[in-house]
Amino acid sequence: VLKWVAQLVVVGLVVAVVIWLYGNYLDNTAEQNIPTDLGFLGNPANFQITGNELSANAPIRDALWEGVLNTLRVSVAGIVAATILGTLVGIARLSRNWIVSKLATVFVEAVRNVPLALFVVAGLLVVVLGVFPTIQDAWQVGGLAIVSNRGVAVPWFIGAGFGLIVLGAIGALAAWLVARWRSSVSDRTGVLPRSGLWGGGAFLVVFVIGWIALGYDWTLPSLDGRQTIGGIRIDPSFFALFFALVIYTASHIAEIVRGSIQAVPRGQGEAADSVALSAFQRMWYVILPQAFRIAIPPIGNQYLNLIKNSSLGAAIGYYDLTLVAQTTVGNGSPAVPVFALTMVLYICLSLITSVLVNIANRRSALVER
Amino acid sequence: MTATAHRSGALVWARRNLFRTPLDGALTIVFGAISLWLLYKTLSFIFVTGRWDIIRVNLRLMMIGRFPEVHVLRLAVTVVALAAWGGFLAGFIRARQVRSGKVADDVSLPARIGDIAARLWLPGVVVLLLLLLSGTPGPWIMVGVAILAAVAGRLVGPFAGRPKLGPGGSAVVFAGLGAVPVVLYFYVVTAVGFDDWGGFMLNLFLAICAIVLCFPLGILLALGRRSTLPLVRVVCTTYIELVRGAPLFVLLLLANVALGFFVPDSLAPSTSTRAIIVFTLFTAAYMAEIIRGGLQSVPRGQIEAAKAVGLSPARQTGYIVLPQALRNVIPAQIGQLISLFKDTTLAGIAMGLFELLNVTTAVTAQEQFRGQGLIGETITFAALMFWTVSYTMSRESQRLERRLGVGER
Repeated sequence: VLKWVAQLVVVGLVVAVVIWLYGNYLDNTAEQNIPTDLGFLGNPANFQITGNELSANAPIRDALWEGVLNTLRVSVAGIVAATILGTLVGIARLSRNWIVSKLATVFVEAVRNVPLALFVVAGLLVVVLGVFPTIQDAWQVGGLAIVSNRGVAVPWFIGAGFGLIVLGAIGALAAWLVARWRSSVSDRTGVLPRSGLWGGGAFLVVFVIGWIALGYDWTLPSLDGRQTIGGIRIDPSFFALFFALVIYTASHIAEIVRGSIQAVPRGQGEAADSVALSAFQRMWYVILPQAFRIAIPPIGNQYLNLIKNSSLGAAIGYYDLTLVAQTTVGNGSPAVPVFALTMVLYICLSLITSVLVNIANRRSALVER
Repeated sequence: MTATAHRSGALVWARRNLFRTPLDGALTIVFGAISLWLLYKTLSFIFVTGRWDIIRVNLRLMMIGRFPEVHVLRLAVTVVALAAWGGFLAGFIRARQVRSGKVADDVSLPARIGDIAARLWLPGVVVLLLLLLSGTPGPWIMVGVAILAAVAGRLVGPFAGRPKLGPGGSAVVFAGLGAVPVVLYFYVVTAVGFDDWGGFMLNLFLAICAIVLCFPLGILLALGRRSTLPLVRVVCTTYIELVRGAPLFVLLLLANVALGFFVPDSLAPSTSTRAIIVFTLFTAAYMAEIIRGGLQSVPRGQIEAAKAVGLSPARQTGYIVLPQALRNVIPAQIGQLISLFKDTTLAGIAMGLFELLNVTTAVTAQEQFRGQGLIGETITFAALMFWTVSYTMSRESQRLERRLGVGER
């Protein structure tokens, strides 16, 4: 009985505080004639999202959705790059080569202990605006990329949008099916599966056939006086945010990878040595698969952090979800519903990511003997 | 291996660690070149191309913001008092540990000084650099007196810690120790309101306040989430998951723009207080998850043993479970606190507080430095400040972890 009384007291207190806050909110908004519903979503946004053809008087709903897409763009690109860089640095920290391991250690210790906001601001103000050349003498990297302080132009596809993603998905499916078929062949006959090569090949074949069949093309960026034409121009703010997120998250992932590799029993590496695997085979076939089984949950946490940290793009004018929300509020939309919606959207993104990470985790755990 | 390598000379060492295989040799050459280039760039930036005038001129703004000149003495007094307090606390705790037989009191004075030097040389060097940059005698005097105060406190501390105090005596000592920072806080805040705080001092202050406040809340939330009472559990879980799902930056924006709607004007806190509240509420949710992990790591046998000797549920938690749980997750907790400290820069971006990052961008717009691309210099300086504190904290946490023997039992 005492337990239930205690519980009711706690819950009662929480409910009372919430009701009090909400009552204040309703009173204050009624007083100032501020709407509390989501009706503002249909109003025109009245601002232009950089690097996007969405018109300025599109409804706020579309602007917010574009913000979500921008958040996703930088997050997905950042997650992929940070995972690769972090894994490499994590392996490098354990290298027997003195210079490589020291360099990796310096990178991790230097980056991990400095606020991300500093990297974001420095990425824009120091790297892009300070180090990158003006458009007149832009760096041209083998005709493939044009780097200047107005952004980085890289090759891009013509006529491909959503279709490209579908094509990629079909290709991935084909790769997966072929890889499965190869490993079942290998189980039956004992020939080397080489599922990576076969799967990659299947992906390429499907992708190229689809590419030609659907009539896609690509363009290379080129300089035309004071601007670039062709390709796609990556905005300076995107580049700065991407750079900061990748460096910062990679330093955290590197520590996780290092810890996980060290957690793989020594005997595994010794066994790989004793069957004369090369250093690469030892890492790729023996150590890393076992290390990643341990590393997936903490790396998933870093992915979640990266998505949430991408909100810092708002500080340097990258129109992610946060900056769109901020601008919307600045243009006179009611603050509380906008930010509540923003938080709900972020929580959705987090939930989706953690579901994906959980699936990966369960799958990698199933492989266990 | 290193010992033999040293004995047989640098050549053998290089062969083992740099040129083991041809691939290894190639890596060494490539990365050696990269490191040399980075080293050259860094050194030439520090000594040749960097124009550090902007730091020297604005050092005060970067460290304490627009703190009024007339009250700076109060800050100096606070620093000295905190140093004395810290020294006293260290001596006090050590004497109690020696008395209860937890540590042996056989460390010689040179060894102890060596230990302190090994631990604190890095912040020491940075403080020295700041003193050299300041160019006025005031900070030198303050730091000198603070060091003397810390040593004096360390020497006095054991006299309070050595004798066995009754429960009343202990309570008096602990209350006194706890009161010191609170008194100092009011000593400074009554003179200079929050609005005039700024610079690195504000970063440190926001972080310390939020750290102190988030601990009890985090423990309560963790216990609540593990509670057998379903309603409490639901409330705590909802809170933790909601806060963890949202970015801190958005929460700060929300507190800045929207808090006014939720509380009456008379209660609306100042911007710095809002920042502290948000940091506390945010970090508490993460802290709760870490502590929950610690609670789960305490073996069931411990609780059963506590029950068997007839402790009440509150005492089981307070005396048996919590101490072990908190100890088991010290590295994660300190990691969270470091990230909280780093996140205080967000208060500048989201709320416009004049903390270090905002100062670093603001000073490049000053008349004498405008348009000269000095942001690299100021950001490097800010990064050095944050890096020193965070790195020292993480090293101390590793040391604490070793001393407490985490993972050994």
